[in-house]
Amino acid sequence: MNKDEYQKLVEEFTPKEKKFKNAVLAFLVGGAIGIFGQVVVSIFVESFGMEMKEACVWLCILMIFIASLFTALGFFDNWVSKCKAGLFLPTTGFAHSITSSALDYRRDGFITGLGANFFKLAGSVILYGMVSAFFLSILGVIIYG
Amino acid sequence: MIFLNAFLLSGVFCLIAQIILDNTKLTPGHITSIFTVLGAVLSFLGIYPKLISWAGAGATVQISNFGHMLYLSAVEGFHEMGILGFFSGLLVKSSAAITAAVVIAFVFSLVFKPKN
Repeated sequence: MNKDEYQKLVEEFTPKEKKFKNAVLAFLVGGAIGIFGQVVVSIFVESFGMEMKEACVWLCILMIFIASLFTALGFFDNWVSKCKAGLFLPTTGFAHSITSSALDYRRDGFITGLGANFFKLAGSVILYGMVSAFFLSILGVIIYG
Repeated sequence: MIFLNAFLLSGVFCLIAQIILDNTKLTPGHITSIFTVLGAVLSFLGIYPKLISWAGAGATVQISNFGHMLYLSAVEGFHEMGILGFFSGLLVKSSAAITAAVVIAFVFSLVFKPKN
């Protein structure tokens, strides 16, 4: 095998392996967040006597707080670029996107910078979530009553 | 074993998102939007509540839970107030998450400085 062939082979295999590594990492990190969430919810339910639904809302707020804090402290960006889907898909990603755009655009002023760009990344989630849920709920009410 | 289920469900959601990210040109913004809509669709089909009872917080930590909450609130709103409920109810359940994200992000952006 000469050098060119070897190079070709390397190119063929490298992205795949990286994709595999990314997928495993996303699965493990995502799963870890799921377990963390369930542990927190169990603690809330058993120690604080909350209902399951209430505990889930507190969990959501707690995760947003943690993700925003880590983003503001500056190391969450690195985590997200390493773990990718494992961190941007859970609620942490929503909080991360809002906090990072708030931090980045503050220097452009409070209205034209921070205010105008606050929902830059999270806006699409809210927009498409609201529009789809609106029409689906009308459809749901028509079908299921 | 709800902890294992939470791990599996949350992991599989992130795994699917990662595979989409690596094999298509979609950005994380596209994928989170798709999953939110997917949450609303799964809720509409009656699947999401089953996922929550199977995996607990494994299902509620995902962004798709946002879509599920929106759908549930709008339907509940309709049953309470009729047509107006679609408008006034839609955000009721997700209000806590949005408010928390907005307030916390704003306060932190005042307190902390960006890295560069």
